[in-house]
Amino acid sequence: MVDITIIGAGVAGLCIARELRDRGASVQLYDRGGAPGSHSCSWWAGGMLAPYCEAESAEPEVVNLGEGAAHWWQDKTGLVNSQGSLVVSQDRDQGQLRQFARRTSHFDHVDRAQIAELEPDLGDRFSAGLFFSSEAHICPRSALTALHQSLLNDGVEFTVAERDPTDSSKAGLTIDCRGYSARKELTNLRGVKGEMLMLSCPDVTLSRTVRLLHPRIPLYVVPRGDGIYMVGATMIESSASEHVTARSLLEMLSAAYALNPAFGEAEVLETGVDIRPAFTDNLPRIQRDGNLIRVNGFYRHGYLLAPAYARKVGELLFGQTDTEVPHEHSA
Amino acid sequence: MRDFYGTTLSNGLMLGTAQYPSPAILADAFERSGASVATVSLRRESGSDRAGQDFWQLIQQLGVRVLPNTAGCHSVKEAVTTAHMAREVFGTKWIKLEVIGESDTLQPDVFGLVEAARILAEDGFQVFPYTTEDLVVADRLLNAGCEVLMPWGAPIGSGKGLNNLFGLRAMRAHFPDVPLVIDAGLGVPSQAAQAMELGFDAVLLNTAVAKAGDPAQMAEAFAAAVQAGRLAAQADPMEPRDMAAPSTPVIGKAFLS
Repeated sequence: MVDITIIGAGVAGLCIARELRDRGASVQLYDRGGAPGSHSCSWWAGGMLAPYCEAESAEPEVVNLGEGAAHWWQDKTGLVNSQGSLVVSQDRDQGQLRQFARRTSHFDHVDRAQIAELEPDLGDRFSAGLFFSSEAHICPRSALTALHQSLLNDGVEFTVAERDPTDSSKAGLTIDCRGYSARKELTNLRGVKGEMLMLSCPDVTLSRTVRLLHPRIPLYVVPRGDGIYMVGATMIESSASEHVTARSLLEMLSAAYALNPAFGEAEVLETGVDIRPAFTDNLPRIQRDGNLIRVNGFYRHGYLLAPAYARKVGELLFGQTDTEVPHEHSA
Repeated sequence: MRDFYGTTLSNGLMLGTAQYPSPAILADAFERSGASVATVSLRRESGSDRAGQDFWQLIQQLGVRVLPNTAGCHSVKEAVTTAHMAREVFGTKWIKLEVIGESDTLQPDVFGLVEAARILAEDGFQVFPYTTEDLVVADRLLNAGCEVLMPWGAPIGSGKGLNNLFGLRAMRAHFPDVPLVIDAGLGVPSQAAQAMELGFDAVLLNTAVAKAGDPAQMAEAFAAAVQAGRLAAQADPMEPRDMAAPSTPVIGKAFLS
């Protein structure tokens, strides 16, 4: 059995641990912050598994590698919500919607009545939209916790401690998944600040991710169930991660309000801010130097791309094997 | 060619650095267009502890002149503070001065603009004010110490092109020695060519390139348009007229004998 140490138990570390464990490796996980929680950038994510929407501004690779994400997450956690995603814009921004449609695929045009049918609480507020029926989302916190728990159940050792990847690689095969904390070693990594909020708004029922296109404040709302919504997220070229700024808060809230004025009555449960790790092309990288493999740069695509990169790491270490087949049938 | 505070630029294309899909595509846009100036806006929260330095380093690696921008400032005080921060971060006296007066159209608060320009010019800054085509305001800005003026084409990010041709022509005619830059509102390259044909010295744009499906190719297209417009302006274009004039008049026609 190959012994592998993974440092960093965010979405990248946990997906890779899951994939390698499923390929029969003996895995040890280290995270200085402990079990999945607010110390991890992945905790604050939207959890959208929306490769086709991302095509609007992301490289084609993001679409290709992200297509299998929903299947992977469903296979490993069973927590995927596959109601699709809905993209709308206000009447004066119809140009934005046309442009979005030109740059994406796998959607149907929906009119006022169809939007109201999909999401009654958007009512007749939007006259046109795009419905991406094959997209999905997952609650990041439940997903991380489920992966973590399943790994513990499978005998993966989890240590709450800081571990230096270079030191660790002297002892054995090590995978560095520390995200922005690896900035010192990865000098071309940069931080992109993201801010989000959690709202409790039982007055509004949305059953899928809704993106509101807007020339200044594009925004998405992801339902977390029980009237709770995640609203996000800003993208700021900064690595300061202390607090949400008043301006960002104002912009996110006014966009949510534009989606449905009932969001004005919502309670703000929490605000979150963290730093996305990104390389200059905003695509993740796997870099190998002997016993040390660094996987980083997931930018805003952690949940979408970590499964594909976990598979890549698996293939790097074990060669091509089919992990699509669930465990119990593979023998 | 008119110079900008003593600096002669290799061409009249100034590009903003916000909103690109990635810094790699941003760098590509600069490489393919050969743009001579990069504008960068600072958020004060990033300036305070240099938290934005990862990105600023990328901008400095572009190898073009950096024109820091007080984008999004709504008061004189904010703009002046941001300008000081920008001078410290980028080590340049150049500052693009924006004082926004109206949040829907993002049009400049010309009163605050003149005041902020005076404060900054007295402090040694070389100010590039984002203004309207108003001649009186332009005059006040020059008196306040500005040696460059940057009138809008149309509201920021609107892509509507040159909204007030009469006003812009009047401005060019009124200030023949002042370097003038069309800043904001351009959507497609033909509008940049038009600005250059009117005799403007440069154009400054961001959204039209950054939000194009292929930003690098759009940047190259704008560079070609800027060059075409400049060549045309220097070539003294013909005057339009109402009466048709045959391009091959009978009198001049060659004949076979």
